[in-house]
Amino acid sequence: MNDLIKKLVEIPGPSGYEDKIRAAVQEEIQDFADEIRVDALGNLIARKGKKQANGMRIMISAHIDEIGLMVTHVDANGFVRFIGIGGINPLTCLGGRVLFMNGVRGVIGIEKLEGKEIPTLDKLFIDVGATSQENCPVGVGDVCGFERPFMALGDRLVAKSMDDRIAAVVSIETMRALKKSPHEVYFVFSVQEEVGLRGAITAAYGVDPDLGLAVDVTRSGDTPKTIKMETALGKGPAIKVRDASFIADPRVVNWMVNTAKSEGIPYQMEVLEAGGTDGRAIQLTRAGVPAGCLSIACRYIHSPSEMVDANDVKNAVKLLTALLSKEVLLA
Amino acid sequence: MAKDENNNMSIEITQEQIDLLERLCNAMAVSGDEQEVRQIVLDELKPLELDTKVDALGNVLVTRRGSDKNRVRVMIAAHMDEIGFMLVDDEEGGLFEFVAIGGIDERQLVGKSVIVGKDHLPGVIGAKPIHMTTPEERKTALKLDQMRIDMGLDIGKKVKPSDRATFATQFAQIGPSIRAKALDDRLGVVNLLTLIKHAPENIDLLAAFTTQEEVGLRGAGVAAYHFDPQIGIALDSTPANDLPAWDVDEENTRYNTKLDHGPAIYLMDAATIADRRLVDWLVSSAEAAHIPWQFRQPNLGGTDAGAIHKVREGVPSVSVSVPQRYIHTAAGLIRLEDWANTLRLLHTALGRLTPEILNR
Amino acid sequence: MNDILPLLKNLLNAPGLSGHEQPVSQIIEEAWRPLTDEIHRSRIGSLHALKKGRSAEPRPKVMLSAHMDAIGLMVTTIQDGLLRITEVGGVDARILPGQMVTVHGRRDLPGMVVQPPAFLLPAEVGKGPVDMQYLFVDVGLHPQEVNDLVRVGDLVSFAQPPIELSGETMAGHTMDNRVSVAAVTICLDLLQRRHHDWDVWAVATAQEEETLGGALTSPFQIKPDLAIVIDVCFAKGPGGGSTWSLLPLGKGLGIGWGPNIHPALYQAMQEKAEELEIPYMRDLMPRMSGTDAMGIQIVQSGIPCVVLGIPLRYMHTPVETVSLKDIRRVGRLMAEFITDLAPDFMDKLVWEA
Repeated sequence: MNDLIKKLVEIPGPSGYEDKIRAAVQEEIQDFADEIRVDALGNLIARKGKKQANGMRIMISAHIDEIGLMVTHVDANGFVRFIGIGGINPLTCLGGRVLFMNGVRGVIGIEKLEGKEIPTLDKLFIDVGATSQENCPVGVGDVCGFERPFMALGDRLVAKSMDDRIAAVVSIETMRALKKSPHEVYFVFSVQEEVGLRGAITAAYGVDPDLGLAVDVTRSGDTPKTIKMETALGKGPAIKVRDASFIADPRVVNWMVNTAKSEGIPYQMEVLEAGGTDGRAIQLTRAGVPAGCLSIACRYIHSPSEMVDANDVKNAVKLLTALLSKEVLLA
Repeated sequence: MAKDENNNMSIEITQEQIDLLERLCNAMAVSGDEQEVRQIVLDELKPLELDTKVDALGNVLVTRRGSDKNRVRVMIAAHMDEIGFMLVDDEEGGLFEFVAIGGIDERQLVGKSVIVGKDHLPGVIGAKPIHMTTPEERKTALKLDQMRIDMGLDIGKKVKPSDRATFATQFAQIGPSIRAKALDDRLGVVNLLTLIKHAPENIDLLAAFTTQEEVGLRGAGVAAYHFDPQIGIALDSTPANDLPAWDVDEENTRYNTKLDHGPAIYLMDAATIADRRLVDWLVSSAEAAHIPWQFRQPNLGGTDAGAIHKVREGVPSVSVSVPQRYIHTAAGLIRLEDWANTLRLLHTALGRLTPEILNR
Repeated sequence: MNDILPLLKNLLNAPGLSGHEQPVSQIIEEAWRPLTDEIHRSRIGSLHALKKGRSAEPRPKVMLSAHMDAIGLMVTTIQDGLLRITEVGGVDARILPGQMVTVHGRRDLPGMVVQPPAFLLPAEVGKGPVDMQYLFVDVGLHPQEVNDLVRVGDLVSFAQPPIELSGETMAGHTMDNRVSVAAVTICLDLLQRRHHDWDVWAVATAQEEETLGGALTSPFQIKPDLAIVIDVCFAKGPGGGSTWSLLPLGKGLGIGWGPNIHPALYQAMQEKAEELEIPYMRDLMPRMSGTDAMGIQIVQSGIPCVVLGIPLRYMHTPVETVSLKDIRRVGRLMAEFITDLAPDFMDKLVWEA
């Protein structure tokens, strides 16, 4: 599984510029999807199975876009100014390396700060090695992602874009593992989540599911002097109760908990006082959809070194496969 | 109208359009109360006898069908509403407490004249005389809740809390420029009317004169749901922050757009990441017709495209704006030539639109 | 329905935090079942009840929308048998210390919100009001039992029972928005003795306090021609905001005015109130209304809305205070408005010339 993770996390693809990552995912799922289409905004939608009498149409959504930067200006000396795509913490940019969609690479520098000033994005710039506006190989509107190679520290896996490529891996592995199911499952690899769940909004409208689950990363409370949160790496996939923009349907939460219990899969409950996922977009589409979210605990989210636990990922695949293999009874 | 290199009808700004823009800019249509502008739009459309309706949000929705086979269904939106105020409390003696509707810099209000209500009754936003202020006091901006609109001593019941108000600025053409209030987005409105009148045959032009853009893009979403288009284009106006920096050696790197550099094509704002295929289409159309153009710097802000592109199963969308200095203040300033080039770009680009543009 | 108190008390005692409205939706279903022809739930748990009109099909539809969800708290972590909490909906942490609550764990547990002494908190927190993250809920049980009965994600609702104050006033938690549900019930009850042409969809929406979820999804299913949204509005009282946004308590309802509201619908509602001599005030909402109308208005191709407000003091505290008279006024106004809705009303709902 590490090879697949490495392949997917290292592909540049910030929100709105997902062509390369979409192509890579499509290649992976080609052989075990019954039907594949790409919608107007670029969501990759893959159907597996047909709805039986005791089955439902279920949408599983993992987003393939990542946070990144877009060029706003190239100055007279070839330094590149930018704006964030999605939530960018300036502190994670310092000394960072970027890879543009056109192949150019660069490093992020910063202006001199006064006193205890905290850096803001407008004090940063990218140096691609150009010396003038004319010889700069990037221009206004060019897009880059952060560049950092995947690395495995035993069971702890580190890369940029674990948010949310690790969930794309979970979806892909579930598609592979799902043998028998009464359900018609739409595995959606959504776009533009980081800028407001935009892909999931239109994908959910198009799929029109009976039930939906987002798969995404969530924060953890297990590093020094951090937020007080029960979620921790290695305690199993997390079943989201709420985040700042979404209240998981309690019937879906119960279904997920009961399935994890009966299958003997470790799990943890998650309450996140921040963030948002595709779950909200699915829940509020059309006339409403019972929706939840399966989360992978992740440290250092939205930095170039996001860390997850390989066992949590494997158990997430197990849980998702179990959830999709049997009739769904929501109570 | 002459034909340009691409054999398209070239399009110009006529005195008639300038007069129409003047009427539109001088009209008052604060978000939620767009009636005055809606009426001008409906009057302009009447002789065309097109399929026209006014929906639950007050949007004017017009369908102008082309005649070619394989037409592209293009929705074009321009918002009728402007930023302004609502009177909220009557304090006797002609003084009214008010609130802002839409994004207004509070520091731009004091000492301005306003028009209030359907009859455009005159009022002023006053300030304490400088003689009575201390230098210390003058360092702090006046807060809006300390300001009042003064309607004079005998206004009686002619205005009341719930009436809308806006700046009293009158439209003026000054050499190469136009100075007026509400150029955001009456420029879009006048351009959209012109495009409808000169629509090419290769598209179905689904025109939406939208409401409530300034308070959350509310009209555009329902209009897009109704039209169910293949492509969405928002016409708006965007800041030109191209004034010189304080430090003459410092480069202004955050100008957003510049006057005299032509229509501004959006790449990304806070509400929309423009579909790159549509950006490329606009750029190549401009290049082919030798029309000056610029990118609007990726930045905050939003246009009706923000609502349009998320409707139903998604609508690839892009925005095009006329650069404007001093946007969202009592008086904005644009260049006639930028306005003309924006119209030319839209007209020529629409004429080159084919269904293949959405191929991946 | 001469006495709305038993109904209101019933509604107030049922838990139903945003996203978890099932318990209160059952109480509402019991109240609405005898008053309507059909009743079912939306896919996210809003309650939809239809009372059919009598004109020929296809009949136009009016949707009455009152959100049934409540604000409250949720367990985030458990530490030595004490529960840390976060908000569900907007909760001002300053009202929390010392409040009685119910923790909905594996069974309902009585608890209270407690504030640790300053020396157990970070130095910078000091003597002022403390942020919610520093508070605990104490259910009085030993840690082992707490771990068996409570888990992360469990809900906590306010336990303050409603109090009858003088002059037909009531104080309690979740008056926002159960009083509106009561008003809708009164309307449905009055309609038993009226003929009406239009179909009436009474909807108790879910998730207003968090996502406007019910407001965004119920109209997609019902497709009403117009919507009347009933919510609470700010009444004059201690600590109230700037005066222009406040209505006096017990002196009539608010009819909303602003971009969320269709002006012709405001006009029609105002005329009906005048005709019935029901006291009302224009409730200015210059930007958004802060109600379900924000969601309903922009569903699909757009839906004309009007907002009726029941004045309320101390909003989002456990002692929200309302006048029962205002609740009855709203119920009656809606019933009469619906009774007189002509089948061709929508043709007359134009933007003024």
